[in-house]
Amino acid sequence: MNRAGSRGWLGALPLLAFFALVFGVPAVALVAGAFTADGRPSLSNMSQSLQGGYLTAMISSVQLSGVVALVGAVLGTFLAYAIVTSRFALLREAVLTASGVLANFGGVPLAFFWIATLGNSGVISGLMGLPSGSLYTFWGLVVVYLYFAVPLMVLAMAPALDGLRPQWREAAANNGATTWHYWRFVALPVLAPAMLGGVVLLFGSAFSAYATANAMVGSVVPLVTLKIAAALTGDVLIGYENIALALSLDMIVVAGLVMAIYLPLQKRSSRWLH
Amino acid sequence: MAALTGLERVSAPAPAARTRPRVWRGVVFLLSAVYFLIPLGASLWYTIYTPGSGVSLAAYGELLTAEGFLQSLALSLGLAVATIVMVLLLALPAMLAVRLFAPRLRVVMEVLCTLPLVVPPITFVAGIGTSLRTGTEVLAPTPFWGTIIAVQNPAFPVVLVLAYVVLVLPFVYRSLDSGLRTMDVRTLVEAARNLGASWPYLLFRVIVPNLRSALASASFLTLALVLGEYTVASLLGYQPFAVWIVTVSGSKGQLSVAVSILSLVLIWLLLLAVSTVFGRQRFGKEKGK
Repeated sequence: MNRAGSRGWLGALPLLAFFALVFGVPAVALVAGAFTADGRPSLSNMSQSLQGGYLTAMISSVQLSGVVALVGAVLGTFLAYAIVTSRFALLREAVLTASGVLANFGGVPLAFFWIATLGNSGVISGLMGLPSGSLYTFWGLVVVYLYFAVPLMVLAMAPALDGLRPQWREAAANNGATTWHYWRFVALPVLAPAMLGGVVLLFGSAFSAYATANAMVGSVVPLVTLKIAAALTGDVLIGYENIALALSLDMIVVAGLVMAIYLPLQKRSSRWLH
Repeated sequence: MAALTGLERVSAPAPAARTRPRVWRGVVFLLSAVYFLIPLGASLWYTIYTPGSGVSLAAYGELLTAEGFLQSLALSLGLAVATIVMVLLLALPAMLAVRLFAPRLRVVMEVLCTLPLVVPPITFVAGIGTSLRTGTEVLAPTPFWGTIIAVQNPAFPVVLVLAYVVLVLPFVYRSLDSGLRTMDVRTLVEAARNLGASWPYLLFRVIVPNLRSALASASFLTLALVLGEYTVASLLGYQPFAVWIVTVSGSKGQLSVAVSILSLVLIWLLLLAVSTVFGRQRFGKEKGK
């Protein structure tokens, strides 16, 4: 038993050592840097990261991710339900495949797609006569982010919706339930974990998105990822690196809180998929 | 990168008892089609039509001769291959060892392989950048100084490979875990060991062939992620493919949109490859029952 245990460690050791070096060292450096100013321990970076322009950026990031998560969740659930209940197998397959592709289509190419469509010299913005710069706003970003958020929600919800047994509906109907009763007391409670998990997933991916926002808005819409990048690359004064680290720590705290909701829920909702 | 790939199986619904046409479903599909297809069509049109000179495919032809295209693509592919090799060599032995000998480590593995999903990539870069700077200063008098400089070599930045291994670890873990679930690892290992197979022989001739589809899907997902990765590479100052697109977009708008369309096609092809591989595995499993 002892020998087996040590062999287990031996096989896992390279991965654990790698992780400690490549993930652990930066994590320690990040926390240490966030609490250091002018070479000695201090809280000034942290407090500065929660003030003024930085606070605005953080709030605007959270708002953007929140709006994307909620709108994406509602639209994605409707689309997923339409797919799951559709009688056309081909359509169902096509939409699910497309969702898989679009959910993984983010970053820079996503930004260029929308710039070509609704940007200042875009194809559709010309036809619609949109005022210049309307894509490069908060709501413009929402429209762009939904392009990967809705498909992501479809993928998260389709298996859960598929798990709704027709028998439950029939049983509810036999007991005199209306459609509203069925949805309120049977379907939604079953779907709630998957939906909440989906919302969290959407929030997380919108919150940490940098490439799309950077290629699109530059710094027109203040976002915390853009602020971190600006502080890191020295677009602003030297010595702001530790502010970037403090902002990063703020982000990790927010993302960690959100994920703390998601992980147990994911386990719970996966019970319904089988 | 999304945590879902569309491979999650959704079975056909039971035949609906109702035949009443569902108007709302049509409306939902129509609105979705408008929202999702218009940018696609508009981008395509943007790349082939230039006001004044009409329709041409010049943007796609220009791609091959564009300065930096081949170099950045080669760099990205090189990084992807190195990442795939490294992540598989690290993750597979560890997952096997945990499964066979140390089930209690399983929780640790799961937490480790979920952490990179919680931490936004940009904060990870901030940490790496700081570590590299501090490391270069601290290690300057020691022999390790050469190593930390070599790791940052712009011709082939090993540091990006290290970072990507961490970023793809959750996806690789999930993929390999589902592959390992489909086979009886313990029996296979005991049988092979009893017949006198050495550990490397066992790994490459017994385990790997059984895990082929899981390994393939892990590799494809890694390839997709590395080819599209922008945040880490750009903030550490390297110029693989995704960073090159942004650099070139300022002067050549059509070219950058053309590359974006091609990258969408590439993601689609990669996912198609993954799902074919997965589909075959599922089929084999069902047949075996």
